[in-house]
Amino acid sequence: MFKFILKRLLLMIPVIIGISFVIFAIVSLTPGDPAQLILGADADPVLLQAKREEFGLNDNFFMRYIKYITGVFRGDFGKSYRTGLPVLGELLLRLPHTTIIALGGIGLSVVVGVPLGMISAIKQYSFIDYFARTLALLLTAIPVFWLGLLMLLFFVLKLRWFPATGTGSWRNYVLPVVALAASATATQTRTTRSAMLEAIRQDYVRTARAKGISEPKIMFKHVLKNSILPVITIAGMNVGVQMGGTVVIENVFNIPGMGNMLINSVRVKDIPMIVSTIIMVAFFIGVMNLIVDIIYTFVDPRLKTQYVTVKKKKDQPLIPAQEKI
Amino acid sequence: MMPMENPLLIIKDLHVSYKTDDGVIYAINGLDLVLNKGETLGLVGETGAGKTTTALSILKLLPERIGSIDSGTIQFHDERLDNAPEAKMRLIRGSQISMIFQDPMTCLNPVLTIGDQIAEVLESHCPPGTKAAEIQRKVDEIMTMVGLPPDRKEEYPHQFSGGMKQRVDIAIALACEPELLLADEPTTALDVTIQAQVLDLMRGLKDKLGTSMLLITHDLGVVAETCDRVAIIYAGEIIETGEVDDIFYLEDHHPYTKGLFGSIPSMNEKMKRLNPIAGLMPDPSIKYVGCPFADRCPHKMAICETQKPQPVVTNGHMIKCHLFSSKPAGDNK
Ligand SMILES: Nc1ncnc2c1ncn2[C@@H]1O[C@H](COP(=O)(O)OP(=O)(O)OP(=O)(O)O)[C@@H](O)[C@H]1O
Ligand SMILES: [Mg+2]
Repeated sequence: MFKFILKRLLLMIPVIIGISFVIFAIVSLTPGDPAQLILGADADPVLLQAKREEFGLNDNFFMRYIKYITGVFRGDFGKSYRTGLPVLGELLLRLPHTTIIALGGIGLSVVVGVPLGMISAIKQYSFIDYFARTLALLLTAIPVFWLGLLMLLFFVLKLRWFPATGTGSWRNYVLPVVALAASATATQTRTTRSAMLEAIRQDYVRTARAKGISEPKIMFKHVLKNSILPVITIAGMNVGVQMGGTVVIENVFNIPGMGNMLINSVRVKDIPMIVSTIIMVAFFIGVMNLIVDIIYTFVDPRLKTQYVTVKKKKDQPLIPAQEKI
Repeated sequence: MMPMENPLLIIKDLHVSYKTDDGVIYAINGLDLVLNKGETLGLVGETGAGKTTTALSILKLLPERIGSIDSGTIQFHDERLDNAPEAKMRLIRGSQISMIFQDPMTCLNPVLTIGDQIAEVLESHCPPGTKAAEIQRKVDEIMTMVGLPPDRKEEYPHQFSGGMKQRVDIAIALACEPELLLADEPTTALDVTIQAQVLDLMRGLKDKLGTSMLLITHDLGVVAETCDRVAIIYAGEIIETGEVDDIFYLEDHHPYTKGLFGSIPSMNEKMKRLNPIAGLMPDPSIKYVGCPFADRCPHKMAICETQKPQPVVTNGHMIKCHLFSSKPAGDNK
């Protein structure tokens, strides 16, 4: 297992290099001069030239990338063009907010979506099934920014239940997490439902019934355990979706997370900041996927053998049955 | 042979249908069956005849919302199963009546250990307060009984071979020493040597535990070796039943049975398998009038198209055919 984790972590290196190169190229090679954007349209050409020199913008593109990426692997993410402060410090300052929102969204979507999907499948064609399916459809159809704005209007401005901005208490995170979790909850509900229905149809469920096992036990032990795999997969995939969603939702609720910062950085073409944020997000998603894969092996014994070297038992011949009777 | 006066299971005029999106399938159409205590009854018939449906009806495990018992009675001891509530069926399943399913490969849960899946049936039926250690001891015992090394109980189904999975299925079915075992083609998925082993095993266990068995099979060799009585099923009804010797050695048979058995009664090794008969079973989505075999029957008469034949019983040998309706079956020669 340790070897497997190490291998997967090492595999992340080329992925990060690839992603960072592409992003670096896009922001560097598209028109727009960071120095100009920061100093303003009518800035002094001398100052501009000095700024460019400071950022190293006069160097060859490949040289700049190599300088940047070698720095990254030494733990130096460069300095922000905009603030002049080290990127890493800034990122670490903002990472917690984004992590809370993204993981909160995932957590909420699992906590709500999985049970809802389960009930929906167990009581197929019942009122609650129709309710859950309609809700899921609705939640998928609503764009996250619109839902966020709506919630802002209603719960903050009208009812005044939650503070509008800031990050002081847990109450600041409630609305962003709920808004972000909405569409993930929908996919989670739908996936759980269909996975359960699929499992219920399997022969081993009939075998379980033929054994005289109680229905709740069949559902929780036999069915749920078999349908948990797609549920985990979707939760893992939602991590990526959620990270994208944070960019939007942090801006709606004005939360100083990475998404919020990314927008500000893109405006002034703050190259080290942009690329480093993306690297951080990619790393985050990579780690989450790794965790998902590790969970798999605990849930499905058939997958375990792929990662874990099961201790070999010597092949025992079957005892001739007849003699045992 | 078992005395006839000791019935354990009596099915009377059973009608079962499947309501699918494409219409209704009439799978069982007035099936009568008696299984005596300690007896092995072979249920023989071609594919789609309704063998599995019969077994599932007894346990009331027909697919939810699709399959249903429309009429008829199923009596086990003195109790009616056909209208028994689910809670009562749950107590009977696995403890008094258990089933070995047709496909052993998909019947085990891939994410639970073998030991757990055997223990489960014991747990559901043992008196409350039974110690876990006691159950584990029983699991070891039953695994040894079916010829599986008990120290492999922590393994998962995918680590077992087909024959071993079949043994696990048998272990699960026999764990609570049921009075009635429904074995749905328990050996068809296995190769010949394993088949013989499994059958030996089931026979031995049956003798040891005194279990009655409904053995569904295509294999006439298995029938000859294992069964006390045979019931031939065609299009959801029993068209002939009798003791094994009646079926194999008497002259009088339903034309369908004759077709199935080919050159029987001189049963030799080459004729172990059922003979294919020209034609198809009637469309199960249409309720037929008359004899269901009429279209394929070489002895078809006018009456066969319009009137259902009534069972004719001679010394416990029942035939449902118009050829025998007019005169007693014994006088056919
Ligand atoms: N779940 C189902 N839905 C619809 N029709 C079904 C279903 N199961 C069985 N049937 C139909 O019921 C009839 C009897 O099927 P059954 O499975 O009892 O046959 P069988 O005698 O066990 O055949 P085999 O030897 O192939 O196992 C067939 O016409 C079949 O198509
Ligand atoms: Mg069948």
